[in-house]
Amino acid sequence: MSTTTETPETHTAYAPSRETLSAVLTRGERPHRPSALSASLTFGRRAILKIKHVPEQLFDVTAFPIIMTLMFTYLFGGALAGSTRAYLQFFLPGIMVTSVVMITMYTGVGLNTDIEKGVFDRFRTLPVWRPAALVGMIFGDVLRYLLAATTIMVVGLALGFRPGGGFPGVVGGIALLVVFSFAFSWIWTMFGLFLRSEKSVMGVSMLVLFPLTFLSNVFVDPRTMPGWLQAFVEVNPISHLVTAIRSIMAGHPDMMELAWTLIAAAALILVFGTLTMRLYNRK
Amino acid sequence: MSSPAIETAGLIKTFGDNRAVDGVDLTVPPGTVYGLLGPNGAGKTTVVRMLATLLRPDGGTARVFGHDVVREADAVRSRISLTGQYASVDEDLTGAENLVLLARLLGYSQAQARERAAQLLAAFGLTEAADRQVKKYSGGMRRRIDIGASILSTPDLLFLDEPTTGLDPRSRNQVWDIVRIVVANGTTVLLTTQYLDEADQLASRIAVIDHGRVIAEGTPGELKASVGAGTVHVRLRDAAQRPAAQRVLAEVLGTTVQQDSDPVALTARAEAGGSDRGAAELASQALARLTEAGIVVDDFSLGQPSLDEVFLALTDKPAPQEAAV
Repeated sequence: MSTTTETPETHTAYAPSRETLSAVLTRGERPHRPSALSASLTFGRRAILKIKHVPEQLFDVTAFPIIMTLMFTYLFGGALAGSTRAYLQFFLPGIMVTSVVMITMYTGVGLNTDIEKGVFDRFRTLPVWRPAALVGMIFGDVLRYLLAATTIMVVGLALGFRPGGGFPGVVGGIALLVVFSFAFSWIWTMFGLFLRSEKSVMGVSMLVLFPLTFLSNVFVDPRTMPGWLQAFVEVNPISHLVTAIRSIMAGHPDMMELAWTLIAAAALILVFGTLTMRLYNRK
Repeated sequence: MSSPAIETAGLIKTFGDNRAVDGVDLTVPPGTVYGLLGPNGAGKTTVVRMLATLLRPDGGTARVFGHDVVREADAVRSRISLTGQYASVDEDLTGAENLVLLARLLGYSQAQARERAAQLLAAFGLTEAADRQVKKYSGGMRRRIDIGASILSTPDLLFLDEPTTGLDPRSRNQVWDIVRIVVANGTTVLLTTQYLDEADQLASRIAVIDHGRVIAEGTPGELKASVGAGTVHVRLRDAAQRPAAQRVLAEVLGTTVQQDSDPVALTARAEAGGSDRGAAELASQALARLTEAGIVVDDFSLGQPSLDEVFLALTDKPAPQEAAV
């Protein structure tokens, strides 16, 4: 029993009273069940409240992206493009995608630790739209993605990134990234439910994320790569996403790449969302 | 409400080779407290999890107010609430945040949810702690917020899974009082417990569960009669006198006398059922006879049969320790 946090009054004063308790017990009608969106937003609010109580958890969406951006800009800039400033014009949208897509794995890690706690039993016995708890959780993560993307953009602008599309281009690019990351998160909810420990979720995430983000057009132009690798980079959805965001930020949206990215996002939700819900209902 | 609150037939759940629930038949009438009594690992929680739509049964059927827990899970969920063995609120959030959140999920508007949360916090004596994170609550306060969360929208059936395990006696009594008030208001309660006195205090019927099977079912009175009205515990000064004391007790009480692992202690059931004398009378006679025989008794008590003793009586073997799975 906790002694440090408890005031003496709360320990001795309480005695359940029939009148007060009976008065709060409702009989008969329960209120109408909330809509799918309302339930999801309520679960999203839970994620925000958790951030409010444990703000340290924002470290990975601020410090990590800043380090990634600075490190790779100064490491590769001079060698690959002659100057860091020139490299940044090519590199910034890509590193933004890499950082945010890497952060999506925390969705799986978070779910894996969360679902072991008793509170998920209560959520799963509530008569609400079934995916709401998970959708809400990812809504909360979307805020983290936004924060990470904004952080990188601010760092990039300070270092000399000058997007041709101006403010609308930047907003449009970030919006596409957030939509894709929302869809991509469903891979991790599946692993979060499927794997036994958060360590194994981390392990699998790294195994998927490193090849997916590095074997793409984020860091260098794929034309210098061997043919077999170019073939992979071509089909990698991250490459399509990066190309689309580069074009939007440059002010000349590439509709073909945009369409591919949105199709990939829809497919991710369809496949991994379905698998996630199957696991969630069986758990 | 004509259909029973809970009706199961041949309910089965297996985990690998382990039959956690092995053909359970239960009928729980509405408006009562029904106790599931058994040791750790007996399958009580697994039964509750199936009834609360958290686990799919591997065999048999279960209905809650006539709704099948698998095919009509959603209809079942709209009638039930669950207070699990571990905190079923979010420990990172404050008490008030938890209740507002759950009230919103039950369909209350933001304003109604706030009002409802404030009412419940007040009724459960948690107003002062409303803005503190639940992880900083004491064990008793946690249980109260848990139960409060379960009756935000008063359910027709409330599952309480070992609601007083780990609580101090004062908090335990508070929980008992709350359960009585909730039931008086018309809610059916399915209670799991390891303590016979808890089931005795609250439940109008009890099912004793062991190894996933119901091994006895009835009112607390029927159950106790089958076990013996009470248990005599004796502590002697001298371990050498134990065999003699055992003979005396066996003769007076007419039951088998158990040698405890403590070399000076003996335990025996005082069967009131067979004779017209009460258990207390039998016990006092036993004490007198021990004294007459020159046996020095340091401690003598007549108590309720413990779960161990219920098990001994029902299965002729001691209650299993936590099953190794």
